[in-house]
Amino acid sequence: MVKASIEARGDLRLTRLTKSYGDFTAVDDLSLTIPKGSFFALLGPSGCGKTTTLRMIAGLEEPTAGSIHLGETDITTTKPYQRPINTVFQNYALFPHLTIFENIAFGLRRRGQKDVKEAVDKVLNLVELPHLAERKPTQLSGGQQQRIALARAIVNRPALLLLDEPLGALDLKLRRQMQIELKWIQKEVGLTFVHVTHDQEEAMTMADTIAVMNEGQIEQMGSPAELYDNPETAYVANFLGQSNLIKGTISGNDGDSLIVDLYGQKIALPKNRSHAIDNSTYAGIRPEKFRISLLETPVHGNVLTGGRIEDVSYIGVSTQYQVEMPWGQELMVFEQNDDGVAPFNKGDAVNISWAPTFTFALRGDEDVTAGSEVEPEDLDEE
Amino acid sequence: MSQKLKDATIPTIPLGARIQRWIGRNLIRIYAVFAFTYLFIPVAYTFAFSFNDSGKSNLIWKGFTLGNWQNPCGAPEVCNALGNSIKIGFLATFFSTILGTMIAFAIGRHKFRGRSTSNLLIFLPMATPEIVMGASLLSLFLVLKINPGFWPTVIAHIVFCISFVVVTVKARIASLDPRLEQAAMDLYANEFETFRRVTLPLVAPGIAGAALLAFSLSFDDFIITNFNSGTLTTFPKFIYVSAARGIPAQANVIGSAMFFLALTIVIVGQLVNRRKVR
Repeated sequence: MVKASIEARGDLRLTRLTKSYGDFTAVDDLSLTIPKGSFFALLGPSGCGKTTTLRMIAGLEEPTAGSIHLGETDITTTKPYQRPINTVFQNYALFPHLTIFENIAFGLRRRGQKDVKEAVDKVLNLVELPHLAERKPTQLSGGQQQRIALARAIVNRPALLLLDEPLGALDLKLRRQMQIELKWIQKEVGLTFVHVTHDQEEAMTMADTIAVMNEGQIEQMGSPAELYDNPETAYVANFLGQSNLIKGTISGNDGDSLIVDLYGQKIALPKNRSHAIDNSTYAGIRPEKFRISLLETPVHGNVLTGGRIEDVSYIGVSTQYQVEMPWGQELMVFEQNDDGVAPFNKGDAVNISWAPTFTFALRGDEDVTAGSEVEPEDLDEE
Repeated sequence: MSQKLKDATIPTIPLGARIQRWIGRNLIRIYAVFAFTYLFIPVAYTFAFSFNDSGKSNLIWKGFTLGNWQNPCGAPEVCNALGNSIKIGFLATFFSTILGTMIAFAIGRHKFRGRSTSNLLIFLPMATPEIVMGASLLSLFLVLKINPGFWPTVIAHIVFCISFVVVTVKARIASLDPRLEQAAMDLYANEFETFRRVTLPLVAPGIAGAALLAFSLSFDDFIITNFNSGTLTTFPKFIYVSAARGIPAQANVIGSAMFFLALTIVIVGQLVNRRKVR
């Protein structure tokens, strides 16, 4: 039994997984399959249940209901040390009384491997810190500790590697560098990585598939591009980047397109990007998809007229505009500064245009602020 | 020229103000000197009089000799008493450290019914006046028809040492990051291996500290020992009894030796710690 579970390999399957603490449901009836070899991210703000999910996969938390399978093996009730799963903890949790070498060798020794030197040296080379083998964890910088924590986990070649906000304690520059490195190491060793983070940019940089979590459930799952270009809910639209959501009514059909009436102006969008369930809807457009033009300039695609520039912020690579529309809503527009100067000024009367394929439609009963007011910088309380 | 002008324009600080400033700056040092003098005069006195060529009573300075140090067991009974104290100390330390550590883990790590009550009760022996505890233990032993002597003393010492061990070890356990144990379990260590490889090594300094504390408490104890030891003489009892007719200089020798031994242990401990950090 123990032996079987430790050698389990294959896809990770969570079935109707639930975890409650008294009245509070941290993870709510969650079902999910993570394919073998993928880099999977659980993304969400603090308290969305992503860390609890990870801890249940690791065996550090027992599910209230549901099951966890690795390949064909049910591991729901097995102990953490009986699972072929290793974790990179948020604070690294390196053993302070052991050298770096012994920290990394810990898992191998517990599984009865006698000659660990070769494996440890190899993984130390992989994370480019072979000269630190005899040091103690407290003598290392944050970035070095992070790599050792990773080395300590991957040296065991687990079926599944769990990363709990692994880059949360690093500064921005180091974080960017480690994101690229982690992605490279995942490709190099070919393990399944499950990464928990609140940082949407980090998730998008590294993961093949992202599951956006909200209140213990998966809001939407897909590749970074799918989630960004075609979000199904306002929560996803707001949590991953920024969105302009404009209230409207679906007024007709035109082949593969829907015609939507936005405060009296008609626009088109592809049918397969509509998640509305009746005629009322919110049309969503990402700020960088908009183009601003002066009134006399001819434009193509969808157009909204009657805008007035309310605010201009020049931020180098782009200029961000706030454009007030006739119905009182301010839209965000990001224009690339590829011709050097910001061509529009505060107070200019302008039209806004964009390609219909960049439009998505949400249900009309959505809360348009969902996901935008959360503080993504808060780490999960543990 | 300009130099002269400068000198002239800088007003000299009056002497009174300068003295005041010096005192202000050095007050904490002056205080420290007094405090340490106060603390160490008795130790220095004890040490100095261990070299006294005293004869029977060691109250008046009669001349310098190394005789007491060369023959620390010279006074009748002194080394016998010392031996008893060390034996009792080691036994009390051994058992109270093991029992106390187990209690500390139970209270510090596990939730069970009566946990907070146990936590409170652990403090009771520390709060009970020694004279009350000594007397009641004696009556208990007599009721159980156990005669005062070596083993009743050991048992009495274990009783009052346990509380101190629990408190010391518990503090260390509380400062232990539970994620380290989770990490060990995650890395294929079962419960026993996790305890042996991670928990115990990390709590060990606390246990060692608790053991030292228990030993010094046991070695030093007079009141409870006096009730429960019967005719057995321990080192504190020996000193108390001989105080009536003059404490032999050998007692000063042993006292000073104990002090320097303790000092050495502390210094070595510090050095080892510093090396570990580096």
